[in-house]
Amino acid sequence: MATIDVSFFLWGVAGLLIVAVAAVALGRSAAASNLVYTATFVLSAAMLVMLGLHLISAPGTVLKTTLPIGLPWIGASFKLDSLSALFLGVVNFGGAMASLYGLGYGRHEEAPHRVLPFFAAFLACMNLVVLADDAFAFLLSWEFMSLASWALVVSHHRSQASLRAGFIYLVMASFGTLSLLLAFGLLAGPAGGYGFDTIRDMPHGPMVVAIVFVLMLLGAGSKAGLVPLHVWLPLAHPAAPSHVSALMSGVMTKVAIYGFIRVVFDLLGEPAWWSSAVLIMLGGITAALGILYALMETDLKRLLACSTIENIGVIFVSLGLALAFRSGGMGLAAALAFTAALFHILNHSVFKSLLFFGAGAVINATGERDMEKLGGLIHRMPYTSFAFLIGCVAISALPPLNGFVSEWLTFQAILQSPELPQWGLKIIVPAVGGLLALSAALAAACFVRAFGITFLGRARSDVAAKAGEVDRFSLLAMFVLAALCLAAGILPGFVIDGLAPVTHAFVGGSLPSQAHLPWLTIAPIAETRSSYNGLLVFLFIAIAGWGAAFAVHNFASRRVRRSAAWDCGFPDPRPQTQYSASSFAQPVRRVFGSLVFRARETVDMPPPGDLRAARLTIEVRDLAWDWIYTPISVGIAFAAVRLNRLQFLTIRQYLSLVFLALVTLLLVLALWT
Amino acid sequence: MDLIRALLIQGLQMAVVLLLAPLLTGFVRKIKARLTRRQGASVIQPYRDLIRLLRKEAVLADNASWLFRVVPYLVFASTWVAAALVPTFGGGLLFSWTADLIAIIALLGFGRFFLALAGMDIGTSFGGIGSSREMMIASLAEPAMLLTVFSLALVAGSTQLSTVAALMSSPEVGLRVSLGMALVALIMVAIAENARIPVDNPATHLELTMVHEAMVLEYSGRHLAMIEFASSLKLVLYLSLIGCIFIPWGIAAPGAGLVDYLIGAVAYVAKIAVGAVLLAVFETSIAKMRVFRVPDFLGAALMLGLLGTLLLFVSRSL
Repeated sequence: MATIDVSFFLWGVAGLLIVAVAAVALGRSAAASNLVYTATFVLSAAMLVMLGLHLISAPGTVLKTTLPIGLPWIGASFKLDSLSALFLGVVNFGGAMASLYGLGYGRHEEAPHRVLPFFAAFLACMNLVVLADDAFAFLLSWEFMSLASWALVVSHHRSQASLRAGFIYLVMASFGTLSLLLAFGLLAGPAGGYGFDTIRDMPHGPMVVAIVFVLMLLGAGSKAGLVPLHVWLPLAHPAAPSHVSALMSGVMTKVAIYGFIRVVFDLLGEPAWWSSAVLIMLGGITAALGILYALMETDLKRLLACSTIENIGVIFVSLGLALAFRSGGMGLAAALAFTAALFHILNHSVFKSLLFFGAGAVINATGERDMEKLGGLIHRMPYTSFAFLIGCVAISALPPLNGFVSEWLTFQAILQSPELPQWGLKIIVPAVGGLLALSAALAAACFVRAFGITFLGRARSDVAAKAGEVDRFSLLAMFVLAALCLAAGILPGFVIDGLAPVTHAFVGGSLPSQAHLPWLTIAPIAETRSSYNGLLVFLFIAIAGWGAAFAVHNFASRRVRRSAAWDCGFPDPRPQTQYSASSFAQPVRRVFGSLVFRARETVDMPPPGDLRAARLTIEVRDLAWDWIYTPISVGIAFAAVRLNRLQFLTIRQYLSLVFLALVTLLLVLALWT
Repeated sequence: MDLIRALLIQGLQMAVVLLLAPLLTGFVRKIKARLTRRQGASVIQPYRDLIRLLRKEAVLADNASWLFRVVPYLVFASTWVAAALVPTFGGGLLFSWTADLIAIIALLGFGRFFLALAGMDIGTSFGGIGSSREMMIASLAEPAMLLTVFSLALVAGSTQLSTVAALMSSPEVGLRVSLGMALVALIMVAIAENARIPVDNPATHLELTMVHEAMVLEYSGRHLAMIEFASSLKLVLYLSLIGCIFIPWGIAAPGAGLVDYLIGAVAYVAKIAVGAVLLAVFETSIAKMRVFRVPDFLGAALMLGLLGTLLLFVSRSL
């Protein structure tokens, strides 16, 4: 059998880059969109197939190669191990689906020449990040990934909102890359060994480990959307075209998590116990805040972007638990938590792509992102609404779909943690468990709202009333993803077994093999301890529901009469009398809002006799902006005004400034050593 | 032979919860009526209601979608599956490993998710208000319930309901502070989840604070029958759950003889009856809360659950 090596994937990346250049050449021509998306689909699918062949033919082997590009005498090295393989799969599967969806969706793009080149380049860079095996290649591809996605965010450059989103994203991305740069600088040490193998073998002092951990949290966390570094995410992800939003939310955040796992679990050695506590706490807060943000949004795509923040939080909680268990020497528990994290990474990349595709279909059909202007689409877009519904059930962590399995694994991991020796963790973990349960329940509320307002009820605008079903490519992409949600939900044992090599390599333990258990049950620790069988739950619900319907229809009544809605005898035909997205969120806003958002409702009620309409104003604030970003931006503006004076000095003053700076630096150097 | 017996017991359990559910609802109503010095309808009235509703034609709003017609069966099926996995008269159910306590809660969440969607399908203000409030209540009740499960799981070392129930009936558990907290939290959650007073009122139809009944306002005929049936099943489920965890005496061990199962059945009926009487007394002696007091009520349950779990995390013996 022919051997597959890394160079194959690098050829794939080169192919994507060539497609990007060709897309520039094609410009605005009519065929450009079809050609580019077909090419990216074929390349991503080919890489996926080769990855599958590699994993089947030579499981457990690590492939390496070094290219003579990049830094002189060092080159750029690339490696494919179990973790890279997993994320390479996520990237290329997401890429293939987004390309497939783009074949239909991309036709409606008014400025394809601003999207196509960067789309292909974006895919190529994400592939390179997960393959990179030295700090230079990693940072370079990371930065190009940020820039390509930035270009996609500002592709609709006439909209003020896109420009603002692009600016904030650019600032946050530069900040993130700066943190990563410093982290790798510290890891490489004074000797400057930038290869990952060198870094891994080098001992790091506890101070370096601590600083690198914090820098990674800032660098990868800002890309992934960890609170309080999440502020750019709900602005930037929705600003891009929908299939790019799907890639950014579903795939790029996972690439960020890959970077975090690679450094913290692999290169860094053993971080102190408090780092796991920080991860668990930040993750819990991120999950709860993210879903509350999502509940306050009325823009469908922003809602989805905010829910990404929640899912990132869930993943970070599991990662923190895995880190804590690993340093506590509890191999099985660490494997359980790590499996939960990886499973949720896979799940989220699938259902978030699905939901963004659904949102894109809605935008295509209606031109409207605001949920307050949608409604009743289940009649106009039956297939899209069905696929979107599957995604909603999956992301709300309900059985028998895949979201529940990873949530369940996370809870099982939490139940292992009283064995941990540290008191701090003993107190944090149950509280975070409560936060996770809260965010899961709020996620259900959020997606009842998202689906109920967008697809159910009566149309709230003319465009929604006249919407039509979307094209077949978009539907195909959505249904493939929906089928995967179901498959991973009812056959989780195979997924867990597939993740075993990664957990074995990175936390030093793996769960017992699941696929051979009777009835395809999963029992991560032992069957007496906990077990779940998605297949049987699915079959039981299907049989009980179908049986009940069959019995009722055959032995009782199957007559149906259509009539006007009852609504307690006073139906009002105007669609404005329905519950809206804001009114649905009102109870939750009232319960959590004053605490989390400083939410304030002001009612402007005109006096009797005045014919003016009454107004209800709701003010919801993001405290991260108020407490962190506004002071920073005010400080920068203040400093800029002060430093502005330096712009108008004479040449002599400049020369003396340079001289002074030189003397100061030399003095510092002299005192330092 | 063992397999046939296990299948038989599992099947019997499924039939028992199904047949008992309307009776329990009727019994609670009867007791409440007697407590308020009314005659009250017969205890078998819910069966008659169900049969009457099943025979009637279903009236659908003009803009009802396919989801509206599917949801009643989905809600019924998920609740029934969940109820069939909670031990009633005998432990060691054949399919108990299919779903542990966390999955049972999630199954109920599945039913609620679809019911809330159905409430929004017609696009009426009543449906919306019901769905919105139901999800708000659930967003607090579900974490409280999960934290209770954490407490139980930490004591029993398992989230499997059969294992938990078996351990609870053994003498090694004893009285524990955390279990007491879990019991109180579980009862509070059960009251909220079953839409009972003081959280919601199952008897009213036209009141501004109503939650569950507003959500299902547009349903009629056989669809309404399935939803009512599911509500009754949910009540049975919660009473069985509290019974098998906190008063586990009498539950027949797996592989026990016929006499044990008879004792188990008698004990189960007695437990459920006592639970129903207590529920009725509680409901008649307390006033309905304003809807925005409910978060305080459930917040207390949440805190109790958290405190119980926390105690178990720091000390395994409390």
